[in-house]
Amino acid sequence: MGRQDERLEEELALLREEHAHLVSQRVLAEGTSEQEHYDRLLQKNEIQCARIQEQLNQDYQQSAKVVMPKPPIVRNVWHAFLVGGMICTAGQIVILLMQELYGMDFRSASGIASVTVVIVTAILTGIGVYDEIGRFGGAGSMVPISGFSNSIVSAALEWKASGMIYGIGAKIFTIAGPVILYGTMASVFLGLVYYLLQ
Amino acid sequence: MELKKTANRRIGSRTLQFASPVAIKAWATVAGRKENEGKLTGQYDYVFEENRLGQKSWERAEQRLQQSALELALEKAGLSFHHLSYYMGGDLLNQIVATSYTARMTDVPYIGLYGACSSLAEGMIVGGCMLDGGYGERVAVCTSSHHDAAEQQLRYPTEMGVQRTLSAQWTVTGSGAYILEPGRGEWSILQAIPGKIVDRGISNSSDMGSAMAAAAIDTISCWIEDTELLDDVDYIVTGDLGKIGYEICKKQLIQRGYAVDGKYFDCGMEIYHAEQQDVHAGGSGCGCSAVVLGAGFLPQMKADVENRKRGKTTCRLLYVGTGALLSPVTVQQGESIPGIAHGVLIEYSPTDLQEV
Repeated sequence: MGRQDERLEEELALLREEHAHLVSQRVLAEGTSEQEHYDRLLQKNEIQCARIQEQLNQDYQQSAKVVMPKPPIVRNVWHAFLVGGMICTAGQIVILLMQELYGMDFRSASGIASVTVVIVTAILTGIGVYDEIGRFGGAGSMVPISGFSNSIVSAALEWKASGMIYGIGAKIFTIAGPVILYGTMASVFLGLVYYLLQ
Repeated sequence: MELKKTANRRIGSRTLQFASPVAIKAWATVAGRKENEGKLTGQYDYVFEENRLGQKSWERAEQRLQQSALELALEKAGLSFHHLSYYMGGDLLNQIVATSYTARMTDVPYIGLYGACSSLAEGMIVGGCMLDGGYGERVAVCTSSHHDAAEQQLRYPTEMGVQRTLSAQWTVTGSGAYILEPGRGEWSILQAIPGKIVDRGISNSSDMGSAMAAAAIDTISCWIEDTELLDDVDYIVTGDLGKIGYEICKKQLIQRGYAVDGKYFDCGMEIYHAEQQDVHAGGSGCGCSAVVLGAGFLPQMKADVENRKRGKTTCRLLYVGTGALLSPVTVQQGESIPGIAHGVLIEYSPTDLQEV
């Protein structure tokens, strides 16, 4: 396979030289009847180049794929289940406590639970623990609201040195921004669907 | 010094043969705590236990890394800044600021280089040519990288909890400085081979090993064809291909008929304990090969000769710095990653055996 690649590379080099030659011919032929002729040749040359490049890429990527390690999916899923489950259980405990101790209704209690998870995550991020949890838990620590909190606080910490405006102000939502934007848009869209169905 | 002909300073299609060797007079490596817990424990000249180095930003921390490496290297050679003819180097920060801020303090002519993680090899080529051409007495080549600074700039905030893909590499917190002088030394650079951009359409920025391996294959094959010195070289060392890039490179070199088995290594795989330290494919960054070469391979060459390993009185190493010349913006736009690999041939020969 190596030898074939070398041949393709040589062919590509020749085509590129031809391309340079054609471009200069095309400039000379500007405004004459020959112009279209050179345009066609250039186009043909570029298509040929792209095809060889594509062939080279495919060969290489094929050989790269063979050595690419497979992610340990079962282990990752188990870790995610463990960490995500623990975060959600903690939230549920807060909800039950609020309901039992203060007689709150479910909506208020779940609000308090979300805020609690966000604050605890923010503190864990600040003291440098949450990134370790995230490395272990993967999606389990990203998907709950704690992931959202972590992405905002970590961005704020990272860009603190660039100042309050262009640092924290401008960069705090770099990771969470897309979630906020598309989350809001999705809820507007679903609200509309809900309204029309009623 | 008499004038030399320039025409015969090149071998084959693109290998440079220095008219007289360029000595690596002295060097120094500094690294972070994680690096010191890896395979090269205790072999760095200085280890910073704390990642920020007491600075207010990651950028400043990286600048301090590089400054420390340079100062230590000069100290070892018994020199100071004003002895340098040029300062050269590069890093991974935007507009190579860590190097420029270090150069600001040296007050010597400065040539900033950007070859991503190949910058050290690039610097050795440019510096070697300057010295061989007689344009200076001494060059310092220095490169650095800082894990957290690189993460902030290229990936996610450092405190964000993300799981890294298995092909991802861990940017090394470290810096290496090398002082070059004309003429032969214990360690000398004999040849150089500037790399070409090779892009095989890999666009996954957490798989830079694959992207760079194509360039490394090109440069190493070309050097072997040019010089036919494959049997004479004891080590072929790539910069930071990591496990995946290393496998690809090794496989293809063997397929092309080059017997590199047993002498081919990668700095990215020689720095951390991949499993225990959770670095996946290995180390990367401008600092990676800079510290592994200085703390690992160069002393190893000396040890090999002293132990009469392979029964030789000299030891030769082809160092191939590899770089992925991408930017975060082009990656987001879906562009593929251009890879590059610059090579230099380094020889160790004990001073007592050298003819004057």
